[in-house]
Amino acid sequence: MSELKAFAVEVRDWLEINCPKEMRQPITSDKDICWGGRNWEFKSEAQKVWLDLMASKGWTVPTWPKEYGGAGMTRAEENVLNKEMKRIGARSPLDSFGIWMLGPALLKFGTEAQKLEHLPPVARGEIRWCQGYSEPSAGSDLASLATKCEDKGDHFIVNGQKVWTSYAEQADWIFCLVRTDSSGKKHHGISFVLFDMETPGVEARPIKLISGRSPFCETFFENVRVEKHNLVGTREKGWDVAKYLLTHEREMIGGQNQSVSRPLHEMAATSLGLEDGKLSDPMLRAKITEAEIDEWAFGLTMSRKLAEAKAGASLGADSSMLKYYGTELNKRKYELMMDATGHDGLEWESERSDDGKQARGWLRTKGNSIEGGTSEVMLNIISKHILQLPGA
Amino acid sequence: MGLILNEDEVMLRDTAEGFFADKAPVTALRKLRDDRDETGFDRSLWADMAEMGFTGVVIDEDHGGVDMGFMAAGLIAEQMGRNLSASPFLSTAILAATAIREGGSAEQKSEWLPKIAGGEAILALALDEGPKHNPAGTSTRAEKSGNGFKLNGAKAMVVDGHVADALIIAARTSGDEGDAEGISLFIVNPKAKGVSTERTIMVDSRNAARIDLDDVEVSGDALLGSLDEGMAVLGKVLNAGRAAVAAELLGAGGQAFESTVAYIKERKQFGTIIGEFQALQHRASHLYSEMEIARSAVMAALTALDENDPKADLYCAMAKAKLGSVAKLASQEGVQMHGGVGMTDEYDIGLFMKRIRVLQELFGDAHYHMNQFALANKF
Repeated sequence: MSELKAFAVEVRDWLEINCPKEMRQPITSDKDICWGGRNWEFKSEAQKVWLDLMASKGWTVPTWPKEYGGAGMTRAEENVLNKEMKRIGARSPLDSFGIWMLGPALLKFGTEAQKLEHLPPVARGEIRWCQGYSEPSAGSDLASLATKCEDKGDHFIVNGQKVWTSYAEQADWIFCLVRTDSSGKKHHGISFVLFDMETPGVEARPIKLISGRSPFCETFFENVRVEKHNLVGTREKGWDVAKYLLTHEREMIGGQNQSVSRPLHEMAATSLGLEDGKLSDPMLRAKITEAEIDEWAFGLTMSRKLAEAKAGASLGADSSMLKYYGTELNKRKYELMMDATGHDGLEWESERSDDGKQARGWLRTKGNSIEGGTSEVMLNIISKHILQLPGA
Repeated sequence: MGLILNEDEVMLRDTAEGFFADKAPVTALRKLRDDRDETGFDRSLWADMAEMGFTGVVIDEDHGGVDMGFMAAGLIAEQMGRNLSASPFLSTAILAATAIREGGSAEQKSEWLPKIAGGEAILALALDEGPKHNPAGTSTRAEKSGNGFKLNGAKAMVVDGHVADALIIAARTSGDEGDAEGISLFIVNPKAKGVSTERTIMVDSRNAARIDLDDVEVSGDALLGSLDEGMAVLGKVLNAGRAAVAAELLGAGGQAFESTVAYIKERKQFGTIIGEFQALQHRASHLYSEMEIARSAVMAALTALDENDPKADLYCAMAKAKLGSVAKLASQEGVQMHGGVGMTDEYDIGLFMKRIRVLQELFGDAHYHMNQFALANKF
């Protein structure tokens, strides 16, 4: 038996014993997704047990080194773990921007002390992070950000405003792009700092979206004190950290659509019915088929690109390709879902529709191709860094 | 799912890349076309391909092949696509080799497989009859006659049928047109009485044939595989053909794309390089994304064949559907972005458009495979 196969058996046995039955049920509401943090209220005892058990194995962050709360797995081993979890329908024990975004950046740019301070609490789900990137005047043109960070000798003082800060009002800490120098070109003079959201002068106000939900905030900083040891990477060169982190964010957003529970064609079959074994609307049938083929091939591409990259390494500019394709595909799928469910899919407040879950979800996907870099910016990045077209 | 190449495969790809660029570049196809070559490909190229082991890529070593599998076959096909290399690789080394390997008796294997691997025989699959790919629509009939069969019907789009040393003919031995059951395969000598062959030069300057069968008598041992159950063998043959064609489309589409990107980096209008225009940059970047998705589809289909995956049909349908659309997009964007010169015979981009159009059609276009995909998923 190969080492990987032996490992798979070991993982399977462990999961069989330790994954609570409840944590093998499909996700039905937002509260089923565990985000952790100081203020997290576990939906059930099983959710807490599952997180603690997985964290104790280092399996919430399988490829991170053991000293930072991970299990030191290779990509291949991580794939085995994912596959075994998928096999029994195990839920993710922890969803976290700390894992997906901050972690990779700290592993690459952080000091040993920063890694030891911040990574283990992320792995254990004790500290929930949010991302301070966009500003009212710095969206697609992120490098023009203006949040001011002044050097006060033994500490920094931050003043300014961020926007589209995901779940800021529930987060414990923020990783934030600030301007420490405004004398040169816009990409220079940006620094990457970390601070506690409970620091005096920090205020987060939820923004209501077209979905009626408020996953994002406007976040204000007024004379916020930041300790100097919380500067990550080189001062004025935070853009390098920011870009690196963005490749991980894009990979994550691009891959999100893979988690949709039921295949589109099944939803359509339930709603429209079949005639001679075919969906009764032939035009919609063709479009759904095309979308499902693209979805399958896109999933294979995610796997291929991850297999090509070494464990923990960034995908570079290809993360922009995955982000672009995955989010556009997700929007297409939700449009087709709305087409397929017709009047039923339009319900906004009924119990039958789980409070308009699908309609709100449909509207939420419109942000996928905007957040983390718009599709247009992704295409610019591909043009410049992959195709090397002039002037891109 | 093997989505990355192992060391042997990387080596084969590099070898094939150099081989076809050197021995069968686009200029070679132009010469065959302009000389109105009778064969439509270069027999010495085919001999060289045999020398390299390409002809025996899916034939086992006992029968003279190298048995490297479908991923290897796909890597060869992709390089042929990049260079528009004309050869009987698809008809003989993929379709016929797979048919005989999967359905052949010990005698048939000993007779044909070493000849295919050695580059000594060219075989063609005579399946389709009408304007569109439709295996179940086979209406050519084979009736019992003495100890053998008598074949009547007409075949079209028989790739390399004009130069074949043997034809593998699908004919109905029971049932009606439209039934998947009741089809049988026969190995037939094209020089047999009653076989008439018309060479059809296609839009891509490659060759196929229309073949009429008028009371063609064959012996009982011409039957390839079991009587009435030809579809079992044919299914594997078509999967192999579809995956190989998808790989060739990946090569042809990839080359069309790359040469277009190179062109927009050079061409100047309005005093600037046109590749600086965002309208073109975004279209090129979209196409890059589609080509990457397409590559995964092809690799997954080839791997599914090598691993005898129970869902191999579905993988091949997915790959052929996806590549049919993506390579078409690459050729259309290619001609458009080349502007006026894209319409000239002098530039290669038009040749890619023509080849891609033929490959799109072979063994089912994107619509055909989308329908198959939906049916397999019960909708």
